[in-house]
Amino acid sequence: MRGVRGELVLGAALALASATATAKPFWAFPDPVTPIARETLHVHNLFMAVIVTLFFAVLAIMLYSFWKHRKSQGHQAATFTQPNSRKQWAWVLAPFAGLLILDYGVFGVPAYHAVLSYEDTQNNAELVVKVTGSQWLWQYEYPKEGIKFASHLTTPRDQIDNKAPKGENYLLEVDNPLVLPVGKKVRVITTSNDVIHSWWVPAFGVKRDAVPGFLREFWVKVEQPGTYRGQCSELCGKEHGFMPVVVNVVSQAEYTAWVTKQKEAVAKDKELSIAVLSLDDLKARGEKIYATNCTACHQATGMGVPNVFPSLVGSKVITGPVEEHIKVVLNGRPNTPMAAWSKQLSDADIAAVVTYERNSWGNKTGDAVQAAAVGKLRGDSR
Amino acid sequence: MSVATTTHPGGHEAHHPSGLLRWIQTTNHKDIAVMYLTFAVIMLLIAGAMILVVRAELFQPGLQIVQPEFFNQLITLHGLIMVFGFAMPAATGLANYMLPLMIGAPDMALPRLNNWGFWILPPAAVMLVLPFFLGLGGVGAGGIDTGWTIYAPLSMQSGWGMDFAIFSVHMLGVSSILASINVIVTVLNMRAPGMTFWKMPLFAHGFLYTAIILITIMPVLAGGVTMLLLDRHFGTNFYNAAGGGDPVLWQHIFWFMGHPEVYVLLLPIAGLVPHILSAFTRKPTYGYKAQVYSMWGIMFLSVIVWAHHMFTSGMSVGGQLYFMYSTMAISLPLAVLFFCWIATIWRGSLTFETPMLFAIGFIVLFGWGGLTGLVLADAAADPQYHNAYFLVAHFHYALYPTTVFGAMAGIYYWLPKWTGHMLDERLGQWHFWVALIGFNVTFIPQFLLGLAGMPRRIPDYPLMFADWNMVSTVGAFVLGASHLIFVWNVIKCVRGGKKAEARAWEGAEGLEWTVPSPAPYHTFETQPAVK
Repeated sequence: MRGVRGELVLGAALALASATATAKPFWAFPDPVTPIARETLHVHNLFMAVIVTLFFAVLAIMLYSFWKHRKSQGHQAATFTQPNSRKQWAWVLAPFAGLLILDYGVFGVPAYHAVLSYEDTQNNAELVVKVTGSQWLWQYEYPKEGIKFASHLTTPRDQIDNKAPKGENYLLEVDNPLVLPVGKKVRVITTSNDVIHSWWVPAFGVKRDAVPGFLREFWVKVEQPGTYRGQCSELCGKEHGFMPVVVNVVSQAEYTAWVTKQKEAVAKDKELSIAVLSLDDLKARGEKIYATNCTACHQATGMGVPNVFPSLVGSKVITGPVEEHIKVVLNGRPNTPMAAWSKQLSDADIAAVVTYERNSWGNKTGDAVQAAAVGKLRGDSR
Repeated sequence: MSVATTTHPGGHEAHHPSGLLRWIQTTNHKDIAVMYLTFAVIMLLIAGAMILVVRAELFQPGLQIVQPEFFNQLITLHGLIMVFGFAMPAATGLANYMLPLMIGAPDMALPRLNNWGFWILPPAAVMLVLPFFLGLGGVGAGGIDTGWTIYAPLSMQSGWGMDFAIFSVHMLGVSSILASINVIVTVLNMRAPGMTFWKMPLFAHGFLYTAIILITIMPVLAGGVTMLLLDRHFGTNFYNAAGGGDPVLWQHIFWFMGHPEVYVLLLPIAGLVPHILSAFTRKPTYGYKAQVYSMWGIMFLSVIVWAHHMFTSGMSVGGQLYFMYSTMAISLPLAVLFFCWIATIWRGSLTFETPMLFAIGFIVLFGWGGLTGLVLADAAADPQYHNAYFLVAHFHYALYPTTVFGAMAGIYYWLPKWTGHMLDERLGQWHFWVALIGFNVTFIPQFLLGLAGMPRRIPDYPLMFADWNMVSTVGAFVLGASHLIFVWNVIKCVRGGKKAEARAWEGAEGLEWTVPSPAPYHTFETQPAVK
């Protein structure tokens, strides 16, 4: 037995040494920047050190037996089938006592504190942000500040299709990142417009599903300014791999300046919603909105994907009455990937994109749809 | 048991139609077992080929081979086919062949039910994959594409591939419930005189508890998918929040089936491995009763821990703590099993034939799968692992060693009994080492990818994940190739080889080794007496 114990101790020492001697073991998460991420990493490192040690200790015992108890070495089989003496029982029960302590003491206690801290969403929160998952983008809303915007992937299609070299932040870049002030406790509320999504930034140590029709929450307090990236981590359909999360964490002063700028943009959008634009202006604006929101399914050519996503070229909805067209965009088509865009796009946006669709790819209805027309239907639609 | 004691003249002769009709009409447990096992291996190769396409796509960043919508179908079918098409039928096949032989029964208790249970499977499999292949040919939107977890409301959006999958799940469920009833009735009523409950082979214990779990969970899944069907086509709102339902309800129903399913797959193998260990260590099983008690513990715990799959879905603090601590409790009965397995090996007289290698491979790899499961149980750290590649690697370490290594161990162990020939030991060793290396090269990188933050089920990924994905893909192809060695080895063994004796392995114990190799078409028409 002495030989076994020797190897056991050696294995344990080696594993623990590798865990503690280097500041960052090979199994570490990305560098933590929130209290939760630090606590999670701590628990994770502890668990990993213990299970790696256990694994190699038991493996060493097995390998020793394979070597020592070979038939080719003339080893005769023993016949014991259970512990027989009090001492043997003690040897048998000791590992289980150890495991019990490991489960509910070494692991259980820090895990208990980590769970409580993870769920402490409401105490002393200084800012509330609402995150809405949508096929396939994230919408961010600051309810108190009255700011609301959508965040889309900006990696060009050519890079995905290997027609252009991939950029440094390939698949992890967006047009409008979430902006948070450094060092402030932020309560984040998640929900979804369509299917379940999951918002994850590894450096924050948090992941929470966005469930349609329900609110979930978590909190972050980012301690270092910087840009942090993550991805949707609940399969949400075709473009699941293409809806990244990007968060810019900035100083309080920068954050305040950013909020002011966003509020101006909101005011400008309001103006736009009562303005009357020309067909060309609407089309130009609509083309951009179409490119960010619609091409994933209906494609840049408007042709869709056969049998999966309908073509818009010469379609009945597009060439039919304007009201019907607007309603489909506003309310979506239930039980299909066609989302209700009423919550994500403003009246002016929908007017522009509808105008674009009715006057592109050979569609020539000549309609210049104005924001006011959308606003009217938005009121009726519920 | 009047049947058991009836002998008819020339009892060992086979009376059955020849050709295809034999296989369609057969009520013989050995014939049905051969069909189960053949079906399982075909499914293994199909689902394996599907995931190799996925791995090929993930070889490099960017989209090269498949588009995302097709990618989603591949990962979904891979999961569903592996669990329902390969793993469960493989275990049922082993049970069908060996349970009667091991407990000294002439056949399964309900032979016609047995036939029916099998013949539901092929049409169910066709239903599952037909939309996929039609989609390849340009008909319809393709197969089910939601991941094998079929989460609502994504499952509301899919095309009719989803409806086919729902019906397929119904049929697969009926099939496994029938097989389970048969196992329970057989094990409880058909044992040879003198074989008391506490003398039953551990394989019979393991499969008995698997059958009990299956009868508990499959109806729940059937109910769940029926509600999904109603939501999709008949205007109900079970999973639709806008109509007063709750998408998370589906997750509860699914995981109430999905988590015990892991133990459904484990218990037959946990029962089988001690037989192999005992044979190749030439030493009696250590802690027989302790192993049975542990199986009871696992059976009970399996149905009360399901929501640890849902820590990121949003749950009360109390719920998280309960599911975390109850999940950790599983480590105790599992540790008892590991302890007994290793204690059986300890101070034996060891040889390392192919079945033994696979049994050891199972213990070591599944050990790591179990330990990483303990890490995932931590509700606070779980979000860092959940739906990331760490999780993918973890459950492959839990499932692959169990269902594939375990089944391979059983097949290699009993192949001489089935074919009358010893297998080609050299090919068997090749199979083992190629599979072991392929498996680890595939999945160790996936642990590291997960820790670095790569989510699962994405067809394309950021550049920082490129290196390990490349390694993983190479490993996957090596692993895939190992199964071809297996198929070749089995064919070779069926065709010929060294003649196997009744007791094919020196240290093998049990009633199955008292009948000739190959086992005659009818065995134990007179039940043996067990001391």
